[in-house]
Amino acid sequence: MSRPVGDVILEVDDLHTYCFTRWGVVKAVDGVSFSLRQGETLGIVGESGSGKTMTALSLLRLVPRPAARIVKGSIRLAGEDLLAKSEREMRAVRGRRISMILQDPQTSLNPVFTIGNQLIEAIQIHHKDGRGSLVRRAIEGLKQVRVAAPERRVADYPHQISGGMKQRVVGAIAISCEPKVLIADEPTTSLDVTIQAQYLRLLREIQQATNLALIFITHDFGIVAKMCDRVIVMYAGRAVESGPVRDIFNRPSHPYTQALLSSVPSMDEDVARLYSIAGQPPALWDLPEGCRFAARCPHADDRCRHEYPRAFSVGEGHTADCWRLEKEWTPRPFSASTS
Amino acid sequence: MDAAPVLRVDELTKHFPVTEGLLWTKVVGWVKAVDGIAFSVGQGQTLALVGESGCGKTTTAKLILRLERPTAGTVTVDGEDVHTLGGEALKQYRAKVQAVFQDPWSSLSPRMRVREIVAEPLVINGLASSHEIKERVAEILSAVGLRPQQADLYPHEFSGGQRQRIAVASALVSRPKLIVLDEPVSALDVSIRAQIMNLLVDLQRQYDVSFLLIAHHLATTRYMAHEVAVMYLGQIVEKAPTKELFTSPLHPYTKALFSAALPAHPDIAREEIILSGEVPSPINPPSGCRFHPRCPFAMRQCSETEPSPKEIAAGHMVACHLY
Repeated sequence: MSRPVGDVILEVDDLHTYCFTRWGVVKAVDGVSFSLRQGETLGIVGESGSGKTMTALSLLRLVPRPAARIVKGSIRLAGEDLLAKSEREMRAVRGRRISMILQDPQTSLNPVFTIGNQLIEAIQIHHKDGRGSLVRRAIEGLKQVRVAAPERRVADYPHQISGGMKQRVVGAIAISCEPKVLIADEPTTSLDVTIQAQYLRLLREIQQATNLALIFITHDFGIVAKMCDRVIVMYAGRAVESGPVRDIFNRPSHPYTQALLSSVPSMDEDVARLYSIAGQPPALWDLPEGCRFAARCPHADDRCRHEYPRAFSVGEGHTADCWRLEKEWTPRPFSASTS
Repeated sequence: MDAAPVLRVDELTKHFPVTEGLLWTKVVGWVKAVDGIAFSVGQGQTLALVGESGCGKTTTAKLILRLERPTAGTVTVDGEDVHTLGGEALKQYRAKVQAVFQDPWSSLSPRMRVREIVAEPLVINGLASSHEIKERVAEILSAVGLRPQQADLYPHEFSGGQRQRIAVASALVSRPKLIVLDEPVSALDVSIRAQIMNLLVDLQRQYDVSFLLIAHHLATTRYMAHEVAVMYLGQIVEKAPTKELFTSPLHPYTKALFSAALPAHPDIAREEIILSGEVPSPINPPSGCRFHPRCPFAMRQCSETEPSPKEIAAGHMVACHLY
């Protein structure tokens, strides 16, 4: 899976996206930093409410307004500061340079337009061209995502094609303007297993052909294991651990990552008992002042509850936010006896 | 599995008519959702049905729950054909067979208190006095890890995992013999799934109840089930004890399904069998073996004759001409 990776294309530094609601300030993204190189695949893993989707929406400056605002940090795409751009300039970025695939193809396609028209719509915004050549581009786009008989399919409506096919069409729209960065937000959760495997393979082939930088947003460590080069684990708005994919699996260093990895059953071996994390994530409008995982962490002490840990380096490019790493500490796998 | 099985399904078939026209409808075809399947579940055992959408696993569950009537075949619970029941026997059946569904946000009534939701099977079937009901509800709530004081709250006051615990409590309160679990954890967050899976496994031991588990996540079935049946287009193509199936899958579809499953570690490299195309329509399923158009090992006889299930090892059935 080791591919040659190119220059840094996207740099996110200390990103804070807050939602200002009636009930208080929801700190959806609270200090997330990462960088992404061309041809690289980054996985952002977390549970619902961990801030992974808000991070992705922030990159496109599509956070739900007026409630949500990017309050701090910087996002640089090939050196340009996206947060300094006007709305008009952002429109030239969305779809053209950073593009996104959403979870449910059922709702991301418009039911009253043919798939050809929807592809053309996306292409047209960035490439002014005659109708005939746009249709040709649309057919070309469908061919790229391996839709059979694309000449006939362009005239189909979304309800006439299957879920897997729809997600391919969404993919075709996303890559139609040759973006540099593609964000895939749980792109396969609504697909069946064998169709998911087809789709993941397709994404990888497209990536190899175009040197695309991919961001995979997922809750599934299986997708991370299969697709990603590097991983960020998010918990309650913070990136609690990040590093190369093998390091994360072999030496998970944040208790949350450890617990998550040992709470997933395996297909390849018998597990006597799964570790289960007690409790639930904290409410984002009422975060504890210390480590956000402290209330559920079996190792937490007083300091964890009062002071947010800084990031400790545990390997090359591998960091985790946990006070226990201050002293040299080899993480032990969780035993299943505590449930 | 020594005594008589709790659930027995024989030659179960469900065909839905495909109709045309509004007032003068005529039947133009049949969706063969379930087509002659057979299995049984012993007391305290879990059988998992796995397969992709459209394979008929949910229809099978509905047939067992009496939510659909079969076109042919029988469903036997505790020795009685559930589709011929009436009167008192039907009431007993309804206490004996319960279900937990995927989405605890839509399966619990928002207008009922937890106490009422959990007690409902007892109240409806007239199984206990009001005093007994109160005791049973308290007992079951603590068995699923909720506090008895929480009985007066409404479902919206709970998180997803807790709601699924309420659903499980409601399924358990009538002391059922069989619980149909339809994707019981797939709507929950990853860190909560393990809690619910462990809870279900514990409750099964404690109450000696049988589970029919419907899931598409293979690792979940490996963790929870004693036996797994793989369905494709309305038929069971392979069935075996869990460990046997996961270590030596035989049917080409099972192999493809397993190879498509996501690895638990980046170093696990599976032999990738990527199936071409999608599951064909169950309206006109392919002739012979239903899997033959997508099967990498298809031979000529596969398109002509339907393979009959063969027992390859103890309890390991496979329907494929290769064996």
